[in-house]
Amino acid sequence: MYNSSKKKQTVDQPLTQVETHGLLAYPHRLNFYDKAPLFDVTVEEFEICALDRLRILAEIESSAARNRTWEELKNVTETQCGKYLPLSANTAKSIRLDEQRRKDHLGHFVLRLAFCRSEDLRRRFIRAETTLFKVRYETDDYKERENFLSSRDFNWIPVSDEEKNQYKDRLFHGPINDDKIKAEKFYKVKWTRVPDLVEKRRVFLKGGFAYVPGREQSSIVFQEFEVQLGKALEMTARLLPRLDEDTRLVPVLDNLSQGFLAGVSSEWSGVLGSDNANEIKAEMIDDLARKHFPMCMRSLHESLRRDNHLKHFGRLQYGLFLKVLGLSVEEAIAFWRKAFSRITDDKFNKEYKYNIRHSYGLEGKRANYPAKSCLQILTPGPSEHGCPYRHYSAENLQSALLSTYSSQGLSSADLPEIMATVNAGHFHVACTRVFEITHASCGVSKGEGVGGGESVTHPNQYAARSMELAKPKVEEDAMVVD
Amino acid sequence: MDATHDIDPSSPEVMLTFYRRLYPFKAIHNWLSHEPIPTRLFTHREFAFTLPGDVYLRYNSFSSAEELKKQVCQLNPTRFEIGPVYSARPRDKKTVRSGAFNPLQRELVFDIDMTDYDPIRTCCSNAGICRRCWGFISAAVRVLDTAIRNQFGYDKLLWVYSGRRGIHLWISDKEAMDLTDNERKALVGWMTVITGGKETGRKLNIRSGSKSLPPPLQDALQILRKIFSDLILADQDCFGSEAGYEALLELIPDSGTVERLREKWTKDPNRSSEDKWSDFREIVRKKPESERLPLQAAMEDVVIQYTYPRLDAEVSKHRNHLLKAPFCIHPKTGRVCVPINPDQVEKFDPEMVPTVGQLLRELDAIGKTEEQGTDHHADWEKTSLKPYVDMLDKHASLLMEEVRREKRGAEPNLSW
Repeated sequence: MYNSSKKKQTVDQPLTQVETHGLLAYPHRLNFYDKAPLFDVTVEEFEICALDRLRILAEIESSAARNRTWEELKNVTETQCGKYLPLSANTAKSIRLDEQRRKDHLGHFVLRLAFCRSEDLRRRFIRAETTLFKVRYETDDYKERENFLSSRDFNWIPVSDEEKNQYKDRLFHGPINDDKIKAEKFYKVKWTRVPDLVEKRRVFLKGGFAYVPGREQSSIVFQEFEVQLGKALEMTARLLPRLDEDTRLVPVLDNLSQGFLAGVSSEWSGVLGSDNANEIKAEMIDDLARKHFPMCMRSLHESLRRDNHLKHFGRLQYGLFLKVLGLSVEEAIAFWRKAFSRITDDKFNKEYKYNIRHSYGLEGKRANYPAKSCLQILTPGPSEHGCPYRHYSAENLQSALLSTYSSQGLSSADLPEIMATVNAGHFHVACTRVFEITHASCGVSKGEGVGGGESVTHPNQYAARSMELAKPKVEEDAMVVD
Repeated sequence: MDATHDIDPSSPEVMLTFYRRLYPFKAIHNWLSHEPIPTRLFTHREFAFTLPGDVYLRYNSFSSAEELKKQVCQLNPTRFEIGPVYSARPRDKKTVRSGAFNPLQRELVFDIDMTDYDPIRTCCSNAGICRRCWGFISAAVRVLDTAIRNQFGYDKLLWVYSGRRGIHLWISDKEAMDLTDNERKALVGWMTVITGGKETGRKLNIRSGSKSLPPPLQDALQILRKIFSDLILADQDCFGSEAGYEALLELIPDSGTVERLREKWTKDPNRSSEDKWSDFREIVRKKPESERLPLQAAMEDVVIQYTYPRLDAEVSKHRNHLLKAPFCIHPKTGRVCVPINPDQVEKFDPEMVPTVGQLLRELDAIGKTEEQGTDHHADWEKTSLKPYVDMLDKHASLLMEEVRREKRGAEPNLSW
């Protein structure tokens, strides 16, 4: 009781507090994650923190696959961080810094558990985490960064002025004077701590020590982060078998480690809610499919039109997609009735209508089923209608892409790039790239993805964004009329 | 006196006698193990054997020098290679968990091969090598040896002649042994200045923009200038032929200068490389400063391009790369892969290296004058192989001394 009331007090009056830094559990925005979180969390919090962080890491990883420049990657990552994992500077007084940093801390350690299991996962996790750290380091306030750096022992030796003088023609470029020698800082470390600088010959080496100029100091920090994380992950991997007894966590972790495959599966519940006046009608679907649907749904739609039929899992996948897109149950029944033109009313009512109503939560256990995400579509299951980027052969995929999207601006010149990402196993990146190409006329440029640089992680996200892009023109017209 | 006349280096009997009576297994053991007794550095080490008929046996390991010798004599390979120290004994590879079998340590190795110099050497080509082309190798040794010692601070270097037209470097410093693949890659990047293969045209990657040379190359340039004038200009006469000087002209960034030089050299095809180089220097000297600086940079680039070590980078980057063991016999030449003293590398003549045939004849000669001993262990002492084995022994004793000193330091000092 006493504790909780005290806590409340501090929360109520954060502005009156002069200096809270000493009391904070996390004095710095940056974190080397040396200490594991030792507080109680709910299973839900455990999963949410990790999922939010995973969204960011997955985006960082697909950025690499999409050849983004460092600046683009930085912007995209910052936007994503702002959405899912904000981390404010110490100067932001009105924000509960500890809460943000606690979430950052917890998320990192949960993902360590999920990604320590194989060499490949570890390598990818380290790369993504180090990139995230770099982004944060670069965007950190100069003074806070200095404080953070002095809070850790990086084991570097500042180079004395005499030593700088001794090697001045090696350390400095251009005209040299005493002021310059005094002003520029150098740090001496074992060369193995800055392999990237050594590889590019950007440091002076003497007797196994690298003389790192102040402006390259960050290289030492990043390398240290990477090495520490690598060691910690191997340690975690060795200890992980003991966790197997905890049946609550293992499924969560299994689910998380799948997340790198297709990004995080977003539970895409229709943004086109009831307030949306232009409701989707059954007869609009042909047109919508042609303009806005991702490849997987286009191919389902086409085989439905071609065969006047779809098998069970195809109907389920496509039906749920249409539901979330905004097709009401009445319209859905009308749509499927017309589509199955070769069967009788009687057979339709008996065999199919129930399933449609069931998927809308009107029959059986009345669950509101979400539409299948990319992750589910990508994972091999009973469905014969998976993700075309993954399940089609290379030749089929290329001809399908051309026949499906050539009217929207995709040309054979784009194919090598798409096929390269497909061959590298980045199916959602390929899909995102197709989105960008086919929406270039709406002003979508390369690297922008489905808004803010996000990759496709759900077919409905693809379709909704596509429809949203087509809309503004109409609104602008309306404004003129007003 | 023809070495290959009566003794064929590829015959199994010759190789077997060589392994039985001459190969210095003990010295090799001490060098790999860093101690007189077998340590993990020896017992967890991979050996790979090449048998006649392209049979390649990997993941062998041995608990002692005697066991290695026994196996070598039994298999009688044409040559064998040394790999990394693994986390488990390589011969148990199949029985350990796949995740638990990883390369941990390995000497840092470099391989310089004459083939990489084929576009610029004029005396021989392909497999051929003579005293004159050895100049390229000795230039490479000079630069690499200095750089490794001064810049990286390693000093346990063993240079080994590869038996035909190249040289290997094995670095056994503890820190060098422990380098990860990533760190090895960085070190190779630091050392590599010429990128691109034969087809795409080799390019220098040394300057960013129009900046001056990075410090390590400025140091190297001091050594290379002299080598350039002795080796490239005087001895090899690299710019003598039309193809030779056209290659030079391609490296000059100013088209006016190129035209003037080409005109002059076409008229007088017998001008020596030295004269051509001074023609170039004269033109550059007379240029106003703004034009002179990039041309001077181009001159430095030419010197580096023609003389800087051309490394086979893949050999050095990965711990699990196998490299032929010292004292093996090169199957084509019959010469022994002997260690070389880097201070004497200019004087080294590949054609003076003992061949297996020569060594066996020396043994025969001893056999005739001496009583046949029952024990053949140290027969190399009586042949011309001795100075080379002594060199490896001395190197190994340096390593062992280092380990002893460390152990002494680690134990509490009990002496009063």
